[in-house]
Amino acid sequence: MAKFDLNDDSVVVIVGSGAGGGTLGNELAQKGIKVVILEAGPRTELQDFINNEWESFTQLAWTDMRTTSGSWRVAKDFPNLPAWIVKSVGGSTVHWAGASLRFEPYEFHARTAYGNVPGANLLDWPITLEEMEPWYAKAEDRMGVTRTNNIPGLPGNNNFKVLEAGARKVGYKEVHTGRMAINSEPRDGRGACQQIGFCFQGCKSGAKWSTLYSEIPKGEATGKLEVRPNSMVLKIEHDASGKVTGVVYADEAGQMQRQKARVVAVAGNSIESPRLLLNSASGMFPDGLANSSGQVGRNYMRHVTGSVYAAFEKSIHMYRGTTMAGIIRDESRNDPSRGFMGGYEMETLSLGLPFLAAFLNPGAWGRPFTSAMEQYPRMAGMWIVGEDMPQETNRITLDPKAKDKYGLPVASVHYDDHPNDVAMRNHAYKQGAAVYEAVGATVTYPTIPYPSTHNLGTNRMSEKARDGVVDKFGQTHDIKNLFVSDGSQFTTGAACNPTLTIVALAIRQADHIAGAMQRNEI
Amino acid sequence: MREVDRRTKVSRRKFLRGAATAVPTVAVAASVGVSVEDAWAEDATTLSPSTLKTLVKAARDIYPHDFLGDSYYITAVKPWDARAAKDPAVKAMLEDGVRRLDQSARDRFQAAYVDVPWEADRVVLLQGIEQSEFFKKVRGDLVVSLYNQQELWPKFGYEGSSAEYGGYIKRGFNDIDWLPKV
Repeated sequence: MAKFDLNDDSVVVIVGSGAGGGTLGNELAQKGIKVVILEAGPRTELQDFINNEWESFTQLAWTDMRTTSGSWRVAKDFPNLPAWIVKSVGGSTVHWAGASLRFEPYEFHARTAYGNVPGANLLDWPITLEEMEPWYAKAEDRMGVTRTNNIPGLPGNNNFKVLEAGARKVGYKEVHTGRMAINSEPRDGRGACQQIGFCFQGCKSGAKWSTLYSEIPKGEATGKLEVRPNSMVLKIEHDASGKVTGVVYADEAGQMQRQKARVVAVAGNSIESPRLLLNSASGMFPDGLANSSGQVGRNYMRHVTGSVYAAFEKSIHMYRGTTMAGIIRDESRNDPSRGFMGGYEMETLSLGLPFLAAFLNPGAWGRPFTSAMEQYPRMAGMWIVGEDMPQETNRITLDPKAKDKYGLPVASVHYDDHPNDVAMRNHAYKQGAAVYEAVGATVTYPTIPYPSTHNLGTNRMSEKARDGVVDKFGQTHDIKNLFVSDGSQFTTGAACNPTLTIVALAIRQADHIAGAMQRNEI
Repeated sequence: MREVDRRTKVSRRKFLRGAATAVPTVAVAASVGVSVEDAWAEDATTLSPSTLKTLVKAARDIYPHDFLGDSYYITAVKPWDARAAKDPAVKAMLEDGVRRLDQSARDRFQAAYVDVPWEADRVVLLQGIEQSEFFKKVRGDLVVSLYNQQELWPKFGYEGSSAEYGGYIKRGFNDIDWLPKV
């Protein structure tokens, strides 16, 4: 196993080991480049995962202090838990559902396609779908996405069958068990899905792709990748010329360490990544690193989300099997006649009894609530994921008061729904209820967004340096050897789940970084 | 379609009287259940039996499930005693909260909270204190301490952990049999 010296300034340092950081680390290692991944969380392996919602949450979730503000319900119901993401090697690829969809062509130029939406900070990506296609293809092959690469779709579980029957009755056409990075048959040294039903708690069969047991071990096998868990990066340092020189991190024992670096890539997910850049402010960069545009932390997106649960006369047992292998894609088109720009997907979702109690209607009590809970075995459920509008005022800032255990300001997350978001969500609630009512639902429950599992946009890509933080390769406009590799790069959010795009961007970025290093540009 | 057996399963782990003692009262009374009238509250170290019994009644009124015996609500509420023992502020919050609830019950219904006969009336009293720290903390804790009890899950048709049984691939993941043909 590789072990690089702290003073080795020829290494690439990657902050975070998730979809972006873990993929980038393996890609660079395969090309012979020395990589140190610094992961804030522990290395919890597949055999340690727990099929129990609250215990697993305690084991895997990022629960470091954060503060919130804005009109979103999350700020009221879960003021210190704006996001449900993972603090562990593998990042959020440990607990993700596996949905792996490509952007639509117009979703890469949302500003042109949607026009000027008042109050929204829309911008076209500096990439097109055409440019991304070969990288999407590589990512789908790497991750083993069903319905690509001759991989059969997963079989539909009870929850899916209800969705499918209702969808067909309502007239929807594009309904199937999804493009999922979950093996429907053994592939890439990992087994087939056992329909365990605890996808959100870490896949105990390894059927679901995760950088933890797919990318990282492959990278480590080259001898060029070293992963240091329990290593919280606190600051990125730079020299007098403005080039980054390394990072300071707190190690397992809480001791401060300095790892030198030739290149630094930030992939701590969209709340920690801008926080790190802001906390790295210096005399030369008083507003934080790579922030000449003022956009670091801004344009925070979390997708239009929500759920619809429904109760029926007879049993469904929706928790049996994959949590999210089921989709209706008809509403993911752009059709302003519905009253909003952009589109949304409808995906099956199930929660266990404990989480349903916590998230069905946070704060609710009494018989209206308990009579819903008693429908549990006769419930079906879906999750809505749609394109929310980037707004400059939706942003991550450094909290003026709260500090972490190292004395650094924690992240504060501000979010207000845009009217476009509200219109989309209301449409989706209506359509979701219609799907279930078409096959006999007696009650439907439109459910508000959970703490955000999709967090995007806070270090966005832009053609011009004044509009964003990074260029089309995730290279920061201001500092050539500083990159961003996670979903914070997203210029706009698109309707679909982000992971496939993050992985495709990381594979592409690795190519770019390797080339630039070879040409001694960085 | 494979249904879930709703009957109470005896758990060797779960003791009402604390892990150290030998006799599992739940196991003995499995079919009868432990009720609010029993002596379980006498073992508390810090909160009075009457405070605990009021908390249990309020817990059921907050999350009423008529098919659940008192034992589940007692299990959910009991940990407050240990927390009150460790933190005087918690003790004060609970005792003060219960005292106010009882006062409002006497003012309105001339009875202590536990003696107000109709749930609907007790719910009105709870609505009166809904914004208090006491109510928010008790309810916020209850949503986990009640619904996270494994013995309770089968009663809601939830089966819990699955990987050790080979997942649901051979246990009915797609056995729904009442949908119209697609």
